Parts: sequence; C-alpha cells; structure tokens
Amino acid sequence: MTAEKSSDAQAADDEPEFNVADLDLGFAEEVAAKPGGEYIRRCYSCGMCVAGCPVAEVEPRYSPRRLIRMILLGLRAEVLQSDFLWLCCNCYTCMERCPQAIRIPDIIRAAKNIAAAEGRLPANLKTVSASVTKIGRLYEIEEFDNKKRVKAGLPELQTKLEDVERLMRK
Amino acid sequence: MSACEPKTDKKLRYALFLGCNIPVRATNYELSARKVAEALGIEFVDIPDFSCCGYPLADEDRNETLLMSARNLALAEKAGCDICALCSACTGALTEAAHYLHEDEAARARVNDRLAALGLKYSGKTRVVHFARVLAQEVGAEAIRAKIVKSLNGIRVAPHYGCHYLKPSGLYGFDNVEDPKTLDQLIALTGAEPVDYHGKLRCCGGGILAVDEGVALSVTRGKLESVKKAQADAIGLVCPFCGIMYDTNQKKVESRFDREFGVPVLFLSQLLGLAMGFGADELGMKVNRVKPKEILAKVGA
Ligand code: SF4
Ligand code: SF4
Repeated sequence: MTAEKSSDAQAADDEPEFNVADLDLGFAEEVAAKPGGEYIRRCYSCGMCVAGCPVAEVEPRYSPRRLIRMILLGLRAEVLQSDFLWLCCNCYTCMERCPQAIRIPDIIRAAKNIAAAEGRLPANLKTVSASVTKIGRLYEIEEFDNKKRVKAGLPELQTKLEDVERLMRK
Repeated sequence: MSACEPKTDKKLRYALFLGCNIPVRATNYELSARKVAEALGIEFVDIPDFSCCGYPLADEDRNETLLMSARNLALAEKAGCDICALCSACTGALTEAAHYLHEDEAARARVNDRLAALGLKYSGKTRVVHFARVLAQEVGAEAIRAKIVKSLNGIRVAPHYGCHYLKPSGLYGFDNVEDPKTLDQLIALTGAEPVDYHGKLRCCGGGILAVDEGVALSVTRGKLESVKKAQADAIGLVCPFCGIMYDTNQKKVESRFDREFGVPVLFLSQLLGLAMGFGADELGMKVNRVKPKEILAKVGA
C-alpha cells in the first residue's frame, strides 16, 4: 500500500459517525461567532492538522480534524460532552500548518468555552480556575514561601492579591 | 519618576513577569535569569502586585484570560515598563492580550470598565517580550560572548523550544517556527554543542497535565526518548512548564512507562550562567530534580 493510500484510510477512520436526527445545524455558526472561529467552514479535511498533532500521536481518541468535522456537522452534544475536547494542549502546531489558515486551537477553545458555560468544565480545571480567580495565582504564596525566597536572595512577593478577586468576581 | 524611565541611554530595563510556577516551583529559573540579566546589564524591575497571566482561565472563558492579562499590562504601564516574561505561556497570553487591546478599541473600553474598579486603566502601550528573545535580539551574541569565561565545550545539549516562545508566528513574527535557530545559537554561545533530535519541535504536553495526566506524560515521554537516543547530556529550555514536564515529572514518566532516562534539564539561563562563571548554588542547581552532576563536574561549578 502506498503511503498516500494509508493516510486516506486513516482519514476515513477519522470520520465521525452520526445520526441525522441529532444534528444541531446552528453549532458551526455558534463556534464561528467566537474569536478565531470565523474560518472553520474553509476546512477541506486534508488531515495536515492531525499529522503534526502531538496529542493525536499518542492518543487515538483525539483528532483535531475529526473535532472540526463534528462541529461542522452539528454534532453539538457529542462535542460538548466528550472528554477528548479537553485534550488539545494548545501547541499551535496545526494552526501553523493548516493550508486553509484555520485557527484550529481557537476553534477548539471556543467549543471548550461553550461547554464550560454549560457547566462542563472538567473538575481539575475548575480547581485551577477557582484558585486563579480567588487568590490571583495557581499556587498560594505564603509567608513560608517568602522566607524561602528571601533566603535564596529573591524578593518577597505579595501574599494576597485581593484586588484580583474583586476584578474577576462575575 | 516612574520605575522604568531610562536613566541612561540604551539601558535595557523591564518589569520582570514571573507568573505562577516560577516563584514557587522553578526558583532555579528565576535565580539564574536574574544573575545572567544583571551580568548583561538588563535591569529587572519587580512589581509585587503582578498576578497570574490569566492563561489557565482560557479553557473556561477567554475573556477572563484577557481581563487578567490586562490587569498585569496596566500595572506595567503604570510603572512605565515593558514586560519581560520568563515563562512562554505567560509571554503568549500577555502578548495576545496586548496585541488585541492595542488593535481593538471597543475591547479596550470593555476591559477598562472592569479595571476602573481597581483604579487601573490600560491605554494599550505595554510591550511584552520573552527573556530568551531579549537575549537573542536586544542583548545579542557579541555582548553575551563578552561575558563568557568558561566553555561548556564537550557538553551536548538538546534545545527544546516549546510552543509559546515562537507560536503563533502571526503574533510574534520571530525566528522560524518550523526551523528555529535562536535557542540553538544561544546555547552554542556557551561552548556547548546544540544537538538535533527527532521531534525537536514537539510540545511538552504540559497544557493538558491537569486534564489527563496519562496522555500528558505520553507526550512528554516522546521527547525524552528521542533526546536519550540522540545521546544528549541535557535538555536546554526556556519555560517553567516545560521544565515541570521534563524535569519534575521525569521520574513519573520513567515509572509509568518502565523506562530510565536520567536526562538533566537545564534552563537556558542556567547554561549561560555556568559559562559566565556563576556557581551551581547561585544558579539554583539544587532545585533541579535530575541532578546535572556530570555537567557540573565537567565545568567545575
Ligand atoms: S489542516 Fe486545516 S483544512 Fe486540513 S483538515 Fe485540518 S483544519 Fe481542515
Ligand atoms: S493545538 Fe491542539 S489540535 Fe492543534 S496540534 Fe496542538 S494539541 Fe493538536
């Protein structure tokens, strides 16, 4: 088999299965309306994005091309409820190589934002987000950390960033 | 006078942006970067009110990332400073926000509405630049070479560029994302040999560590395998999150996949610092999980 054929076969495997009754035809528009989502309809399924994706390389459940197809087809519930949606590590490799200049990670992020607004943010990311919005940092800086910093010759940092909580409170 | 008004001509002066990981988990990067910067005449201004860059909020709501970045950009603007960030993800988030808020007046007005509650205002002036880019472009090879007192000759270092130091290229317009050179060149200045290896442009996997540790560590593993295969003595990198994946989590990768790597991971500033004659402790080598014993012995640091 030629290399080209095998990549075609792979692309066919990558096609999502769907039930016409489940399609939400407004989903692509919803995603396209978010920043970076506007070029989604240009995708012609070439698979360049999958070829360079570090996550697709190690995790068969994940394919940016399939995600884009699913959004275009209107598989709203499947995309928003999936766990693989959260596996994009935002490395931009696909975006640099997409022949259609589609901002793939921005599109995936738009879908993540929609899922999060519907209460589907994964638990660990909820913890991250609570910490960052409440204390202004991923990890708290306590007196103890400042002591260690000073001992190492580093300046002390603010232990409390109260105005961040005020700013981020919705 | 605000903190960053230049006192002398041609002085490089930046507000140092640390982000979340560096001040508690990568003090080796901070220590070494401060040492190297000082030796090269870069002045870092500390703004203790800087918070997280906002990047960790992007999966939930990109607007929240923008708002948090804007607060930091406004603090820097108030101090009259441009920002130099050590973390590539911070550089990315802050650069994107600075770009967007510079271009889009309506977005700036929306953000300023919220910032007003803190007595802050952002007018769109802050420039953001990664520390390694400052070294490559603003300090330059000649000035760095002038400070090198020890050669790291014979040490083979695998450069790991990571993602947000260079990409998206449309945002940065710096180096060449498919065939980058700046980190190789900076490493070569120390006398060490930059090593090519399979998958050099690959991501560390850190972006999904909180979502799926198994998948994240599989991504990390790929590079550890190829760096080992290329017989590099160390990985050289410029982002604390990449450092967490390759150094802090190297043992985890080893036990998960039943492999043994033992590849030391050094920040660019630690490599430069060694070549500039700083001691191991001054460069925070104790914080490195995989001990770079052989390298330190070779250099006599
Ligand atoms: S590289 Fe671009 S055009 Fe090709 S499948 Fe991926 S998103 Fe579609
Ligand atoms: S940005 Fe996401 S989809 Fe694109 S290559 Fe990276 S991990 Fe894969």
